[in-house]
Amino acid sequence: MADENNGKKQSNKAKKPFSVVKLTQVTHRYGNNLALDNINLELPAGSMVGFIGPDGVGKSSLLALIAGARAVQNGDVEVLGGNMRSSRFRTSTSPRIAYMPQGLGKNLYPTLSVFENINFFGRLFGQEKKERQHRIKNLLKSTGLTEFADRPAEKLSGGMKQKLGLCCALIHDPELLILDEPTTGVDPLSRRQFWQLINHIRAQHSGMSVLVATAYMEEADDFDWLIAMDDGKVIGTGSPEVIKAQTGKKSLDEAFISLLPEEKRHDHHVLVVPPRQNNLKTDEAAIQATALSKIYGDFTAVNNVSLRIEQGEIFGFLGSNGCGKTTTMKMLTGLQPASSGEAKLFGQVVDANNIETRKRVGFMSQAFSLYNELTVEQNMVLHARLFHLPTEQISPRVDELIIRFNLKKYRDDFPVDLPLGIRQRLSLAVAVVHSPEMLILDEPTSGVDPVARDDFWELLIELSREQGVTIFISTHFMDEAARCDRISLMHAGKILASDTPAALCKARSADTLEDAFIAYLEEAVLESQASSALSTTTVDEPEPLPEIEPKIPPIGKKKANTAFSFLRLFGYAHRETLELWRDPIRLTFALLGSIILMFILGYGITFDVEDLSFAVMDQDQTPESRDYVQNIAGSRYFIQKADIKSPSELDKRMRSGELSVAVEIPPNFGQQLKRERTPEIVVWIDGSMPFRAETISGYMTSSYYSYLTDLSLRTYGVIPNLVPANIESRYRYNQDFKSIEAMVPAVIPLLLVFIPAILMALGVVREKELGSITNLYVTPVTRLEFIIGKQLPYILVSMVSFFGLVALAVTVFGVPLKGSLWALSLAALLYVTATTGVGLLISAFTKTQISALAASTVVVLMIAVNFCGLIDPVSSLEGFPAIIGKLFPTTYFLEACRGVFNKALNFSDLSAQFLPLLTFIPVLTLASVFLLPKQDK
Amino acid sequence: MQCLSNILNLGIKELRSLWRDKVLLLFVFFAFTGLIYVVSSATSIELNNAPIAVVDGDQSQLSKRIINAFYDPYFKTPDVIALSAVDPSLDNGSYTFVLNIPPHFERDVLAGKQPTLQVNIDATRMSQAFIGDNYIQTIISAEINEFVQGYRTVYTLPIKQSAHIMFNPNMTSVWFGSVMELMNVITMISIILTGAAVIREREHGTLEHLLVMPLTPFEIVIAKIWANGLVILLLTTFSLFIVIEGFLQVPIHGSAALFLLGAAIHLFATTSLGILLGTQARTMPQLGLLMILILLPLQMLSGGVTPRESMPDIVQNIMLFAPTTHFVKFAQAILYRGAGWDVVWPYFLALFVIGSVFFIFALSRFRKSVAFG
Repeated sequence: MADENNGKKQSNKAKKPFSVVKLTQVTHRYGNNLALDNINLELPAGSMVGFIGPDGVGKSSLLALIAGARAVQNGDVEVLGGNMRSSRFRTSTSPRIAYMPQGLGKNLYPTLSVFENINFFGRLFGQEKKERQHRIKNLLKSTGLTEFADRPAEKLSGGMKQKLGLCCALIHDPELLILDEPTTGVDPLSRRQFWQLINHIRAQHSGMSVLVATAYMEEADDFDWLIAMDDGKVIGTGSPEVIKAQTGKKSLDEAFISLLPEEKRHDHHVLVVPPRQNNLKTDEAAIQATALSKIYGDFTAVNNVSLRIEQGEIFGFLGSNGCGKTTTMKMLTGLQPASSGEAKLFGQVVDANNIETRKRVGFMSQAFSLYNELTVEQNMVLHARLFHLPTEQISPRVDELIIRFNLKKYRDDFPVDLPLGIRQRLSLAVAVVHSPEMLILDEPTSGVDPVARDDFWELLIELSREQGVTIFISTHFMDEAARCDRISLMHAGKILASDTPAALCKARSADTLEDAFIAYLEEAVLESQASSALSTTTVDEPEPLPEIEPKIPPIGKKKANTAFSFLRLFGYAHRETLELWRDPIRLTFALLGSIILMFILGYGITFDVEDLSFAVMDQDQTPESRDYVQNIAGSRYFIQKADIKSPSELDKRMRSGELSVAVEIPPNFGQQLKRERTPEIVVWIDGSMPFRAETISGYMTSSYYSYLTDLSLRTYGVIPNLVPANIESRYRYNQDFKSIEAMVPAVIPLLLVFIPAILMALGVVREKELGSITNLYVTPVTRLEFIIGKQLPYILVSMVSFFGLVALAVTVFGVPLKGSLWALSLAALLYVTATTGVGLLISAFTKTQISALAASTVVVLMIAVNFCGLIDPVSSLEGFPAIIGKLFPTTYFLEACRGVFNKALNFSDLSAQFLPLLTFIPVLTLASVFLLPKQDK
Repeated sequence: MQCLSNILNLGIKELRSLWRDKVLLLFVFFAFTGLIYVVSSATSIELNNAPIAVVDGDQSQLSKRIINAFYDPYFKTPDVIALSAVDPSLDNGSYTFVLNIPPHFERDVLAGKQPTLQVNIDATRMSQAFIGDNYIQTIISAEINEFVQGYRTVYTLPIKQSAHIMFNPNMTSVWFGSVMELMNVITMISIILTGAAVIREREHGTLEHLLVMPLTPFEIVIAKIWANGLVILLLTTFSLFIVIEGFLQVPIHGSAALFLLGAAIHLFATTSLGILLGTQARTMPQLGLLMILILLPLQMLSGGVTPRESMPDIVQNIMLFAPTTHFVKFAQAILYRGAGWDVVWPYFLALFVIGSVFFIFALSRFRKSVAFG
């Protein structure tokens, strides 16, 4: 409470604080992992502040804390004059902050169009339709996305995704804009355009503060203020000029390295690439690609690529994410067949089945591709064995590599525990274990810190220059590209130019490789603009940017702070519906899944015991014995098989499962019957399936009694009184005693708990796994709005599925609906609301989709099948199962379903079911709200 | 030779990976031990604690006698209810059986007037209705006959019929449930393990890595099959002897070795199926949804839950293509009825053919699934 009051006072008092963010002794841990170590910082307001450092130094954690996406563990985070620990302050401030998390389009919805994405964010900030449309129109215009408004986010290029992310962030005029690595993996032209856009926006909103994390040092040169980070600590702050002056270095890259602690840069020196010696024995190319193309449907991933790489050359592929580098490399290795064109390795046409060529190549793919479950040494030994190094050479070779690649310390460690730089070194060691003549490396240094990158390159240079290994490497770092003998610039599936780095710069009279690349990109864009209007890069950027923000009265802000908003709830419901509608797998499962399962379970859970095969061992062969057999054979439950000759045959045929029942009639049966000596007939029943055996035994008894009755009637003309009273069984509700009539109505509740719970749990956990849950953390949407908003579409789908199942039961299975459909529909509505609630509850305990799936399947199915009256009635259960059964909604709906279908019940008869079903809804919803955190940990 | 050593090395890698995943391993172990124990000892589909009520319109010695004749474990202690409560209580499912003993029942029995006692049965409760009816008839007849002995002569039966239940004389449900649950677990775990192994390798990029090495998809697939199959076969052996025969005290009639041989052939089919599913699904969640739609019919319609002959013909015929149908057939034959090679070889052959089809299909999909991933 003290915190909250304090926060309020400060925000009221300090109208224009000097610092926009103030961090005091901030420490953050993930388990035992220290991500932030006692950070004290004050960030100036109204400026562009950059956080620099490689992956995994704590930049993202710090930005997430400032944005309120993560809960503060230790220390104080003050943002816009208030304390971020106070949930009341966060709620009131969230409309003033915008946060774009790391990863291309991480908080966007891939299947939603550009317009739908922005629209969703507008709703979250409580903007009315008119206001939203006005703002979206302006934002699209200023970012050049107008003509792509209907394109799904997943089909946008990296640069466009980031622009869309920016639109979503700017929809509510934030005072503080937080961007976490907004340009990683984006091509240089789009990167430049992105920063132009940001500068333009800042010019229009003089007070806006921007916090940016980046791994590209050259971008950071233009920022107002920098914070250099390493290992969770701040290692330097100040303007770029100040930092460079302090360290006495010319470039930020070098300045950053010299800021690193001693032990990290101890052996760092400027890397020199010795010139390539052209002492080839043959002039056969290592790689020769001719007019290679790859087409997926209507998308051309690689367009007519030709290149030639000489033996011993270091050849670089420079381009952004998704430009076709990886696909080209996969075609060269035979992992993907080319749509057209030809690739040759060492003069041999690439063929997926050519094992011999593969032995001459080492490959390292983009993602870390070694086994995390094997130690460093085991990984190397496995690969050595798979490349069939002679057994006696394996361990010397592994030792040699471990020393040369400096992996001795990590020999018995598992890769998952190693820093990224070391893992990449290990990958390289594994790739060269069989001394290949060529290495194909796909973005090997992505995310690695500058020192480790230089270490890595040192190894590459050694392999190339000393051992003559041909190296084909792809990268998006300009400085790495500059080290290659020759490079190809790649964009949108095409090679723009191939030459030595120096020649490329010269050809476009550029100072740096980046400028040269941008010049080539601009040419390509102009060309494609001429040929088609639908280019993947924006083309209207050079035009003067329009006014971004015509003054709109900030109605949104007042609305955003209300405790409950139907607009935000509807925002989530609408979005979830669109996503579900566009996800074929989940939608099929939701609708078709229940129908398939209905067939399986309707037919599968049958208690009918019929078509039983039986045979007779008639040792009497008299009219009396045949008469007795005829009585059994006449029953509709039995099918007679060939007679049994001997006891051993009886045994054998029972054992094989061919017979379910064998009837043994003793010798002299007829004679003894006539003499009233009470002959005994023995019935052998296959007991392997106890339920069936019980039923067969019942059939045999009744057939026996009916024979006696018949016999007495024929002999004496009277019906014998076996018992001095009649016991009359009345089979009610299902007179024919057909399994299907009883089971089909019971399967409907089972499916309506199973599938809705799974879908609902997946729906929430997906957001956790894919990262869009951040939008719950940093926008004004409340947990209740989030939960109900997400629940509504699944209730709707489940009701559709309910009516489908009822129709199926009545038409295909022929089970008549005797009672009131309205009463049943109302019960179903209450029921699916409760069962989606069960899914919500499960989602609170699970982090990944697969665990949500496993948990909902195991828990829900086990309870619903065993404890809710599907087979054994709940009133037969005792102890724990009985309690579980009474506390699960299926029990009540099952009773309602059988009641309406079989027992012809109506509204008034179902009151005992309505009330419990109604009670589940608020309980489950409130528990889910309570268990769902409003911040990440 | 190289091919064999690749298969061996890749398989060992597979075993090491599995060993490192302690959570998965624990789950698998639980499935083969705890799950089988709990499921087979908890659920039974024969008569157990059936809820019963009596309308005692007679209030006589005989009616009391009949009421007292119902007790555990087959029936719950009967509730005595009013005649007007019969319909509502059956409607809302409070009882499966309601006996209606009419007024003057005892007097009429003794007078030889053959009075009628009504048994109302909720026939939507399939598991209890028919079997329970038989029990009720037997119990009431015995009580009445015993009661009237000494008062009147009882009809003597001209023929006796006695039933012998073979292979499971007391119809102990755990004998049936435990083995069937073991088979469900074998099928489920083998599909999960291999399917997840393929997806995991593809998500981590290691599958792609294997395919650029001098290895063929055949070697990679076979390695996964033998390694995962071996683990499951060992657990099956453990479960069969320790859990089922040991803890649950279920006698095994036939040759366990023959059963394990058959289980190995079954595992060839299911692990191939798992790999096939792994190549079809793009992500773990998709694999999960796909698996639910595949596993449920494999288990429910195999004949291991309810008798095959009661299913519609079309379902029976379709299920001939499912490995589980043949697995259930030979497992029941060997383990319950002690059948030998001469009886089960056709099932083994069928399983092998089905497995080969899955295997070839999985192999042909294998490289493609990486290329488009």
